[in-house]
Amino acid sequence: MEKNHLYDYTLRLGDTALILGQRLSEWCGFGPILEQDIALTNIALDQIGQARQFLQYAAELQGGDADEDTLAYHRDAHEFRNILLVEQKNGHWGDTLARQFVFDTYNYFFFERLMKSSDERLASIAQKAMKEISYHAQWSAEWIIRLGDGTQESHDKIQQSINDVWMWTGEMLEADELDEMMKDAGVAPDLAEIKSLWIEKVSEILKIATLEMPEGTGHQRGGKKGLHTEELGYILAEMQYLPKSYPDAKW
Amino acid sequence: MSDKSNWKIWEVFVRSKNGLSHKHAGSLHAPDAEMALKNARDVYTRRSEGVSIWVVESEAITASSPDEKEPLFTPSDDKVYRHPTFYEIPDEVGHM
Amino acid sequence: MGETHSLEERFQAYVDAENKIEPKDWMPEKYRKTLIRQISQHAHSEVVGMLPEANWITRAPSLRSKLILLAKVQDEAGHGLYLYSAAETLGADRQDLVEDLLSGKAKYSSIFNYPTISWADMGAVGWLVDGAAIANQVMLCRTSYGPYSRAMVRICKEESFHQRQGYETMMKLASGTPEQKAMAQDALNRWWWPSIMMFGPRDEDSPNSAQSMKWKIKRKSNDELRQEFIDKTVPQAEFIGLTIPDPDLKWNEETGHYDFGEINWDEFYQVIKGNGPCNKQRLDARNKAHDEGAWVREAANAYAEKEAKRRKEGTAA
Repeated sequence: MEKNHLYDYTLRLGDTALILGQRLSEWCGFGPILEQDIALTNIALDQIGQARQFLQYAAELQGGDADEDTLAYHRDAHEFRNILLVEQKNGHWGDTLARQFVFDTYNYFFFERLMKSSDERLASIAQKAMKEISYHAQWSAEWIIRLGDGTQESHDKIQQSINDVWMWTGEMLEADELDEMMKDAGVAPDLAEIKSLWIEKVSEILKIATLEMPEGTGHQRGGKKGLHTEELGYILAEMQYLPKSYPDAKW
Repeated sequence: MSDKSNWKIWEVFVRSKNGLSHKHAGSLHAPDAEMALKNARDVYTRRSEGVSIWVVESEAITASSPDEKEPLFTPSDDKVYRHPTFYEIPDEVGHM
Repeated sequence: MGETHSLEERFQAYVDAENKIEPKDWMPEKYRKTLIRQISQHAHSEVVGMLPEANWITRAPSLRSKLILLAKVQDEAGHGLYLYSAAETLGADRQDLVEDLLSGKAKYSSIFNYPTISWADMGAVGWLVDGAAIANQVMLCRTSYGPYSRAMVRICKEESFHQRQGYETMMKLASGTPEQKAMAQDALNRWWWPSIMMFGPRDEDSPNSAQSMKWKIKRKSNDELRQEFIDKTVPQAEFIGLTIPDPDLKWNEETGHYDFGEINWDEFYQVIKGNGPCNKQRLDARNKAHDEGAWVREAANAYAEKEAKRRKEGTAA
């Protein structure tokens, strides 16, 4: 395994956490009730906190004087390695929760295994984050159940949200060459194993929520290799605006 | 409370560390106990102030009512033995 | 009537002796009403106050500053919640209070009707707006109503980082590139006067203040708090090399305070009346969030009812 492979892989983890955190932070101030505004912001804080650790590690692997902010603020869309799922629009509360639920469920199994990574740094980041991630997974699953088994309106809405988000789920559950390479090196979890755990858990929760599970796991791919949807350009234009407008400034 | 989108009020009690009792922290709104607990964690322990949380529906609490004629403005002044300064302890004994 | 009078007298004596009033204690109806109005306005201010800062979360220029800003705005949601809780101990219903905010009937601090147009505004808001708010809140920690006082103690504890964070942001900008320094000065220019208006009208124009002081709801007058804030803030601005936009500002040896220029009270009353730059935008944003969240809150209630029923049937069976 080469260092640049580990760098690329760490970027995937960092960028996925960052872009999801960025998306979730758009909710701050606009939640359906104060208590849930606070809850969702907690998750945004956790995601961005994890992103900082992964990106700092990636920056160190890259060497030079790069740091977490260099990577977050001075790369263009094609250099981002987040999965497509997390860059999708927030939509309404149900859309955000559907995205969060499919992601959190995956992330729970993923981090549980990443804690045993042969790469000590990744393992320690995962260990630190595990507690918050299990809380996220529980929180978003409970919301899916509430909305699914709530009113007719919420049932229909969340079913639609689940259907809509489905096309983006495949990418996180299926390994490409880099995932395979990292798995063989003992760095990364086995996505095949995670996929079957994910399907089991998601179908269990959807059943309790009286919702239908869409078929398959969605076909869209690209983010892991830097091929993104139209969304990411806008996210970055906003996120990176200050450092790009004032290249000499320190913040 | 007739509005279907209005959530019930819950009182939140937080044990800040083992060895201390739960203390009233405030209240919040939630539709059920599970969410009340989660909300309480998010709202009242954002700075990790707690090791254990209780939530109780506010409606379930019965509170004593101060007598309107003799409001609680005269607290139990007659029970001076409840106050630590009632007891004369020699200075040499130190802080107690 | 005589009895009411004597209850009020005893109430006043009790408050004068620095005792706290608790929810079930007897209190004059006007005391209750004044408190509900003040606490709910305070809660609304926290909630509406999230918006001008939330405006910059997605554009924060470093991950560290993004986390801090996010945490700060989240704290404000928490503070709104503590305050609504305190108002509810007086028999108010949060839903009703929120309705009053959304319909435009209830007031909130006018400061949040000004726009945040540059990153330096995050510094200025933290330093000046939170600074002014803290001056008021520290006083309110000793307010005579127990639940309000306890909420304020909790809030003050959490707020202590807010003002420091704002000042740190200003300090960084003021010592940065010329463009950054200009950004900081511009923010100070725009936020200075609205911040010192936050303390409210002059004492002689603030008719309710005297009663609030007597009941020890308030413990310092608007003008006292304003003067304290100015005295504290001027040296802070000097320290980072920024100029306060008041040509009449100067130290007065005799009084031991800064003299300052005339406040534009016309602007103050215009913004209160709803004619500030962002009044409509802020209320629209709150209304949108509330309306779009209705189906979510309803669903959670419906689920809770179903669960309770299932549990009952389960135990009965």
